[in-house]
Amino acid sequence: MQIQLNGEPRDLAPGLTVAQLVDDLGLTGRRIAVERNEEIVPKSEHDATRLADGDRIEIVHAIGGG
Amino acid sequence: MTDFFQDQPLRIAGHAFTSRLLVGTGKYKDFDETADAIAASGAEVVTFAVRRTNLGQEDGPNLLDVVPPERFTLLPNTAGCYTAKDAVRTCKLARELLDDHKLVKLEVLGDDSTLYPNVVETLKAAEELLRDGFDVMVYTSDDPIVAQELERLGCCAIMPLGSLIGSGHGIQNPHNIRLIIEQANVPVLVDAGIGTASDAAMAMELGCDGVLMNSAIAHARQPVLMASAMKKAVEAGREAFLAGRMPRRQSADPSSPFAGRING
Repeated sequence: MQIQLNGEPRDLAPGLTVAQLVDDLGLTGRRIAVERNEEIVPKSEHDATRLADGDRIEIVHAIGGG
Repeated sequence: MTDFFQDQPLRIAGHAFTSRLLVGTGKYKDFDETADAIAASGAEVVTFAVRRTNLGQEDGPNLLDVVPPERFTLLPNTAGCYTAKDAVRTCKLARELLDDHKLVKLEVLGDDSTLYPNVVETLKAAEELLRDGFDVMVYTSDDPIVAQELERLGCCAIMPLGSLIGSGHGIQNPHNIRLIIEQANVPVLVDAGIGTASDAAMAMELGCDGVLMNSAIAHARQPVLMASAMKKAVEAGREAFLAGRMPRRQSADPSSPFAGRING
């Protein structure tokens, strides 16, 4: 299946969870937030949330700004 | 503050702060400089932006290690948002990022070249965020009517610009800032436009409750030294405001008495 990850297309194994995606990206334990199709996926639901073809995923973090 | 005088804390949405200088975290050369400048500024409230994670470059230090939420009151901002919808999404991401954190700095911009606030979208976003339980400190124009409306909606601090973001042009319309302060029942902070220490002192002398700045410190030749200057300027301006300035006079008025002069 293919998703949009931070605006870029990415091919993933079907049935992957948000937690598995975060882990594959090396982001487990980092201070991040995840949005799926413009809805927040709370950390407590990363394990249970399965990605679907066409999902638009945003993974964000804090950066310097004023 | 001097030892013979104890100021009231700056109170925003249930928080109480000793420092009236709030700082940003952008434009520094590295995280060490960011940390040193924030320490020198004495700021307790620190704002930051929310952006996409750079996938594939996850090993570097994280801003939140430099400004740990345990030590600072973090103020995620919506810089770079041009619509109410994007600003609301960004605040929700920030709330998730900081584990149910509610205090945000809302800014919705109008265009790239002026970064002037789009007050129509700002009002829309404020309404939605407040309905959703956020505490909203709002960046806005120096229009007193818009400021009043943002307060009426329930924003916890009104933050008019002194001049354009990053311009360093200081406070271009002190009369409007004064009007906003006089009518407000929530803290008013000048956000944007501060260029040097005297601008920050002027904001406080006008009666602002605080000042928020980033570029004035980060783009100084010596950011850490400027951060220290800003700390003093905000304190000096605050004390001068509370002390009450002397009246202006048209003619001179000698400080030394006339009586007893040797040529009298």
